[in-house]
Amino acid sequence: MSDLPAFPKPELTRRSFLLWGWAAFLAFLAGSVGSVLRFFLPNVLYEPSQKFRAGKAADYPLGVTIDKAHRVWIIRNEKGLYAMWARCTHLGCTPNWFPAESRFRCPCHGSNYTIEGDVIAGPAPKPLWRVQVVQTPQGDLVIDKAIMEDRPGLREKVPFFIALA
Amino acid sequence: MFKKLDPKKLFEDLTNTQVWRSMFRGGTWKDTSRDRAQHILGNVWLHLHPARIRRRAVDFKYTWGLGGLSFLLFLVLTATGVVLMFYYRPTPDLAYRDMKDLQFVVSMGTFMRNMHRWAAHTMVMIVILHMVRVFLTGSYKTPREFNWGVGVILLVLTLFLSFTGYLLPWDQLAMWAVTVGTNMASSTPFVGAEGPFSSLLGVGLKNDARFGLLGGTAVGSATLVRFYVLHCIAVPFITGADNRRIIDRSFLAYS
Repeated sequence: MSDLPAFPKPELTRRSFLLWGWAAFLAFLAGSVGSVLRFFLPNVLYEPSQKFRAGKAADYPLGVTIDKAHRVWIIRNEKGLYAMWARCTHLGCTPNWFPAESRFRCPCHGSNYTIEGDVIAGPAPKPLWRVQVVQTPQGDLVIDKAIMEDRPGLREKVPFFIALA
Repeated sequence: MFKKLDPKKLFEDLTNTQVWRSMFRGGTWKDTSRDRAQHILGNVWLHLHPARIRRRAVDFKYTWGLGGLSFLLFLVLTATGVVLMFYYRPTPDLAYRDMKDLQFVVSMGTFMRNMHRWAAHTMVMIVILHMVRVFLTGSYKTPREFNWGVGVILLVLTLFLSFTGYLLPWDQLAMWAVTVGTNMASSTPFVGAEGPFSSLLGVGLKNDARFGLLGGTAVGSATLVRFYVLHCIAVPFITGADNRRIIDRSFLAYS
């Protein structure tokens, strides 16, 4: 027996071939499931942009102005102008501004906020979000709701505040 | 001259007709164990799969797999159709834009829409070939006459699904194809305004078959939502139920 030539060991065994086959098939299945899931995330949205122009700063009167389409308040005081996302930090309803009481009140669960956005009553865990507001060289306000700040000290500075004479 | 009407005799006469026996198979109730088994195994509501299949009945060279293929295509169309419904809104303002969005901006949208379209065209073809095969092998003969009847209904439903889906892209082709197609309905005898005998029933422009299909006198937003409901809910539901009947009965050779 020992003088017979050794049977050459195949480079690709049946077992490893089948393993690779199954691996490729499972990878294909995973890819298919993944791409079908990706289908359900839209690439184009038919809702107002997060970043938009909001007219001239001088056009806003002292106090709170609501932009319902974009869901922001533009607030003008003696020092300048800032913008807040009109979304309660409790569970996402839109609070209303009550000038007589000088506070925002959320109709859903009763959270109250000052004009600065700080919580003074109710279940809201955090102050309202300030959003970025800057001016173009032509003087148009540009608001970007994707850039937010709620920390006192930072939220009163550029780019979340525009100082006006 | 007039014999007394006997309800029992009348029912017996009815259940003895070929039409009745092809629809409710198993023969007259004799209450033996073999008889009980045949009634239960042959009842579409009690038994969802054939209990016994002959080898020859599922031979590929005999069936060409055409029934299974049309059912597979029906499943593919249901799955891709439901997926497309996530983006498609059936209103004149949005329908065409949503269809274009599916083609150009939704990930995998082109693939899903094309798969739906190709499967639809293929299904019409396969269903016709299936009918030819059933005819050539004589599979419509006793005791399976009723299967042929269900098959004819399924053929019409498949064509109707194809027709209702035609309108949904809401482009010029869709508008005029459905205008032409529904105009043909107004030539139907009795129920079409321009068909023969319609005046006998008082059928006119605003109560004929065409009016019912369009939900108005011309293709418009009412037609779009009507065809959408027919295409996505009503007709697929009936087709699925009929498929069930065909699959259950086509392999059962005993009566």
